Amino acid sequence: MPYDDTDLTPKLAEAARQVEICNACRYCEGYCAVFPAMFKERAFGAGDLTQLANLCHNCRGCYYACQYTEPHEFALNLPAALAEARHETWERFAWPAAPARLFQRSGVALATALVFGIAALFWAAAALAPASGDGFYAVLAHGTMVAIFLPAFLLPLVAICIGLRRYWTEVGGQRITLAHLRDAGRSAATMRNLAGGQGQGCNFEDEDRFTNARRHAHQAVMWGFLLCFASTASGTVLHYVFDMPAPYGLFSLPKLLGVPGGLLLTIGTAALVRLKIKADPALGAPALWGAEMAFVLLLGLTGLTGLMLYAATGTTFVAPLLAIHLGAVLTFFLSTPYSKMAHGFYRMAALIRDAQVKRG
Amino acid sequence: MTSDTRYDVIVVGGGNAALCAAIEAAEAGCRVILLESAPRAYRGGNSRHTRNFRCMHDGPLSVLTDSYGEDEYFDDLMRVVKGKTDEHLARLCIRRSEDCLPWMEAHGVRFQPSLSGTLSLSRTNAFFLGGGKALVNAYYRTAEDLGVTVLYDAEVTHLHADGNTVTGVDVAHGGETTTLHGTSVVVASGGFQADLDWLARAWGPSARNFLIRGTPYNRGVVLRDMLDQGAESVGDPTQCHAVAIDGRAPKFDGGIVTRLDCVPFSVVVNRDGQRFYDEGEDVWPKRYAIWGRLVAAQPDQVGYAIIDSKSLELFMPSVFPPIKADTIEGLAQQLGLPGRQLRDTIDAFNAACPADPEQRFHPTELDGLATDGLDPPKTNWARPITEPPFYGYALRPGVTFTYLGLKVDDTARVRSAAGPYTNLWAAGEIMAGSILGQGYLAGFGMTIGTVFGRIAGQEAAAHAL
Repeated sequence: MPYDDTDLTPKLAEAARQVEICNACRYCEGYCAVFPAMFKERAFGAGDLTQLANLCHNCRGCYYACQYTEPHEFALNLPAALAEARHETWERFAWPAAPARLFQRSGVALATALVFGIAALFWAAAALAPASGDGFYAVLAHGTMVAIFLPAFLLPLVAICIGLRRYWTEVGGQRITLAHLRDAGRSAATMRNLAGGQGQGCNFEDEDRFTNARRHAHQAVMWGFLLCFASTASGTVLHYVFDMPAPYGLFSLPKLLGVPGGLLLTIGTAALVRLKIKADPALGAPALWGAEMAFVLLLGLTGLTGLMLYAATGTTFVAPLLAIHLGAVLTFFLSTPYSKMAHGFYRMAALIRDAQVKRG
Repeated sequence: MTSDTRYDVIVVGGGNAALCAAIEAAEAGCRVILLESAPRAYRGGNSRHTRNFRCMHDGPLSVLTDSYGEDEYFDDLMRVVKGKTDEHLARLCIRRSEDCLPWMEAHGVRFQPSLSGTLSLSRTNAFFLGGGKALVNAYYRTAEDLGVTVLYDAEVTHLHADGNTVTGVDVAHGGETTTLHGTSVVVASGGFQADLDWLARAWGPSARNFLIRGTPYNRGVVLRDMLDQGAESVGDPTQCHAVAIDGRAPKFDGGIVTRLDCVPFSVVVNRDGQRFYDEGEDVWPKRYAIWGRLVAAQPDQVGYAIIDSKSLELFMPSVFPPIKADTIEGLAQQLGLPGRQLRDTIDAFNAACPADPEQRFHPTELDGLATDGLDPPKTNWARPITEPPFYGYALRPGVTFTYLGLKVDDTARVRSAAGPYTNLWAAGEIMAGSILGQGYLAGFGMTIGTVFGRIAGQEAAAHAL
């Protein structure tokens, strides 16, 4: 029933209030996917708002273009309303919910987890020191690494899948086809929703000036992360399928993927940190600023220590750097369903759902 | 800011026309100051509420499809102004609009295809991506990058004139009033619709009940000052352009979202529960402008549009949810209308509707579904109001702009009683009455502002350099 907001949480109700004003205006139609999706509806239930919130990439073009922002009594701040609603959905869908409440909101919690993660790796290196081995396997045996990282990779993956399942049910998602994946993949690959609709970019670090700085920084982080992930995966394949254990030379697949990946990840996160410091926190979810920043720094630390580890090959720095790097990776993996990293998965789900709606 | 700083061009106002003038003058190499009476958050006058620009074009241009020639454009104008225009100025404005679109794009404005759910304007009107405030933001960026000095909260209270030459501009800013000196002056400070006292003097006391759709900063201070000094005026001093908007809209600045498109599918009654005009006279884009005036003529300047559940989704969603009830009497009670009278009005209307409306009803075109023997009749879309729940919206007149302005020639130069001013130009709403004597044509205000803003800026610069 239109205008019946009784089943909404306060944050979704506020998003609904704002979205209904947007729907009567429509001036922002061309900025991103959120508005065309919104203008198909007349009334907004929890599923609609959850989908819109996760489709929003916080480019802020609509905020600076809006004739109804404060001090106007309508007090529109759609990027903030959707950011608040978005984070709430991630907490609601997370399994289990408690760590999501912790890591979504507290940068200190993530930093503490990092300290524990690194300490655990130092302990493992000291207590479980292998009798022999090359490169970093001299510090920590391959079998020990697998014993630590296989569950640390698979368990969060299960948790993410449970969250995505809940998301899909709430937004009324249908069977996914290759075409949906292709549309969503293209959108993510080009960060179309950070392009401002015409390639001019976001209104992020300098009020209403459009720039592609955030889009490009995010691209670097995303592609850097994916390259690093591919590097690890290729190492696994070389190890098990071709019986070629590490260390690998510069012209090996893991290094050809990992070195540029690490560079992109490090540079991209540094750029994101710089932009985030300049941007107005009131246009996001201000209470979560610290946790988001901590997550970006954790990602950057992972990339940077990975590169340093490679640079330190053959020196005495390998052992401590390996513990720091693997500690960061461990913390990153374990916190993935509960940290800002979850956004990547929900964002992808939102893009797939949007492709379904667009294709009818 | 010091009073001994001399500017080449002083621009009074901070909306589209003012910005176009300031940018043109700055690009010509002038030292320019722009005086915006609003605070930064509300800069841009009524331009911040606009959404498109009506543009002549020979073939597809940017987001505009097909072509839109001078004669067709002029005919569209004549249809709304009913002869009240200066044909020479109007045609000049129309012809110059074609050059303006690429100029706007080159100065930061972005366009998008015609918005969804709106009347089809894709051939005639180029929509701003993000709307008028995004355009205003882009122009301020451009002006500041060109070195234009911008002052906010800077209200111009008086222009000093010696004969037909402006010698100084008094501006109240930061608690004190300073006289600025400029070789050329452009006034682009809008109409007077936000001065309710003036509106009440011009229209009558009922104007105090009108809502003002746009900025509260268009108080006509400079217009009044210039008219008092004998500048030639144009346009009916008593008239304003008003449309019927949601009665719950804020007093000022409600903008686009307060419009209500439900009238053609409704029965509209006054405070006493009586109908007063044919709700189905024509399609809404051709009728919305007369309903402000119709509602203004009713007691307490208020009307109530009543629909039933059949019609709820036939028009653009409105910003405020409608009042809803399961019975006509219940709806009357919530709207503060006499229940018995509303019941009688609806019953009489329903009885006069054709017997088989559903097959013939066509919401997007004149379907000829007319009442029989009702006064006033409803000549299209006459379906009985029978399916609960029933919905009601209060309607009030929302003033968009006023017609009284400064008379200008084709170089945007203002005229005094003693002939043209040597160094004063006007652009935008303050002179729009020269071209738009009555009625309104969607997107034409921005065209007048852009064309004459640019001309004023160029002329002012040529005089100063």
